[in-house]
Amino acid sequence: MAREFDAAMLRLYRQGKAFGGVYSQLGNEAVSVGSAMALDPKTDALFPMHRNVGAHFVFGAQIDQMMQNQLARQGSQMRGTDGTGHYADPALRIYGNVSHLGSMIPVANGFVLAARMRGEPTVALTYIGDGGAQVGEVHEALNFAAVQKLPLVLIIENNQYAYSTPNSMEFAVDELSKRAVGYGIHGETIDGTDVELVYETCRKAVERAREGNGPSIIETRTMRMRGHAEHDDFSYVPKDLLDQWALKDPVNTYAAVLVQRGVLSGETVKQIHDETFNAMVAAIDRTLELPWPDASEGMKNVFL
Amino acid sequence: MTYLEAIADAIKLEMRADDRVFLIGEDIGVYGGAFKLTKGFLAEFGPQRVIDAPISEAAIVGAGIGAALNGMRPIVEMQFMDFITNGFNQLVTVAGTTAYRWGIPVPMVVRGPSGGGVGANPFHSRNSEAWFVHATGLKVVCPASATDAKGLMTAAIRDPNPVVFFEHKGLYRKIKEDVPEGEVFIPLGQARVARQGTDATVVAYGSAVFMALEAAEILEKEGAQVEVVDIRTLVPFDEETVLASVKKTGRAVVAHEAVLTGGFGGEIVARITENAFRYLDAPVRRVAAFDSPTPFAPTLEKAVLPNTLAVVDALRSVLEF
Repeated sequence: MAREFDAAMLRLYRQGKAFGGVYSQLGNEAVSVGSAMALDPKTDALFPMHRNVGAHFVFGAQIDQMMQNQLARQGSQMRGTDGTGHYADPALRIYGNVSHLGSMIPVANGFVLAARMRGEPTVALTYIGDGGAQVGEVHEALNFAAVQKLPLVLIIENNQYAYSTPNSMEFAVDELSKRAVGYGIHGETIDGTDVELVYETCRKAVERAREGNGPSIIETRTMRMRGHAEHDDFSYVPKDLLDQWALKDPVNTYAAVLVQRGVLSGETVKQIHDETFNAMVAAIDRTLELPWPDASEGMKNVFL
Repeated sequence: MTYLEAIADAIKLEMRADDRVFLIGEDIGVYGGAFKLTKGFLAEFGPQRVIDAPISEAAIVGAGIGAALNGMRPIVEMQFMDFITNGFNQLVTVAGTTAYRWGIPVPMVVRGPSGGGVGANPFHSRNSEAWFVHATGLKVVCPASATDAKGLMTAAIRDPNPVVFFEHKGLYRKIKEDVPEGEVFIPLGQARVARQGTDATVVAYGSAVFMALEAAEILEKEGAQVEVVDIRTLVPFDEETVLASVKKTGRAVVAHEAVLTGGFGGEIVARITENAFRYLDAPVRRVAAFDSPTPFAPTLEKAVLPNTLAVVDALRSVLEF
């Protein structure tokens, strides 16, 4: 679903019907889906980044609503004031990001701090990239969460490139999860293309968090298989690197595993793909028929 | 009750009445805050509601935002308002845009001591209120009296929007008033006519209100009746009260302790000239600090900051125009 949503947004972008940034999570789906599956959507809270559409779907987001939000059509949960997956849906316990990466991690801290004051078992799951992890607010937030033993799980999605900047120009440590040592919290680095491994690692982190043992950092290694956003031809990424990672494609490899285990048949896999593709096409048609939000919305709700 | 005690009183009353109200900041618990404003709070409300945080202004403001999103009413202390620069992104990028983008309230107060005149240094003396006026989505409060400080703090805590509350540290123990016991509520967005007059208006806020009142006394001896309007809150701005006064007197001086250029005084002057130009008998004058950081040595600081005589000079010039 995440993959087909991204593909649908890419088609819309190429047709000139999607504007702003279109940020594909191609190659990173296992991180979004596996991590969000480890939460309880009834009590926990999701603070996704711009490349986590899979996590939104795990938390119950609907395709039409997501399209309305992304394409800023009437029905957008942000009334057209913002787009790019920045929406919040309190009923689904999803609180989107802002473009300043890392800024929502301190906010996620406050969210679970409030829950703890009321005796609620909420765990917050949030994400940052290999680039965003270098923002000062990330450090402040992790230290604060560690001191307060807050129930927070931070996934560092290391997809090799921060826009055009490779890991080697972003940080000098071999594994970003080693920073956990400096905060006195749990940290580990895993293969982010293996959805079951992501799920299992996050499940344990959520368990630690819920039991009062504080936050965890999980670095997931993947490859960003598209540009930073769709305007970016990512010619700075060596072709053979992309070819290598393509062999580890998280969706195709997991489908093959499930077929091999006899959980799904090859026909069922194709059927799921076709149904999802068709659902996206239908949602696009419905969304593009919707009018733009009324211009007066721009002057509302600066204050409540 | 001093200005400082009045603020503490408002917070204490709200914390007793509403479990959702809690404090977070640096050295506010055991130590009771750098100015002792939260002295005794830890003992009464416990460490869950009086949280000593690491020196991490972004993490502190962010925690306030997150808690507010999740139904609480946090009061975030900046040990000095100067340090809000380290939490600026949280306030401006997140807090100020959330209602607009999401329609979800962020009922949070960020408060702390601002202002100069006490021989601090460039990093403990700034008046940065105008930055937040320009940010959009943030309410900005600058009380000048103890009663106002109490009443406006009550309103700020109950407001569904993020409020940046500038307390003037020079006023903390300087002014003592008979502040009403129990609940005092002064709505945000209502100016106060601090002194009635007919010949000229001084529009001011914060410490400049005292300069204006002293200037009015001096000019009274020279036969001029000066009205002083304390706007109390910059956002929302009570344009109506300011315009009514200027239309009555026909002459205006705008005064604040913050630096001149880009200050809120410029906005006030613009509103006056846009809406009351034909009532004016003289150009509107501004009194503000010299455009520099607030210096350390008393001689320098005195030279840079505005004072009563500067307001007197400005008033004379509009009266004699």
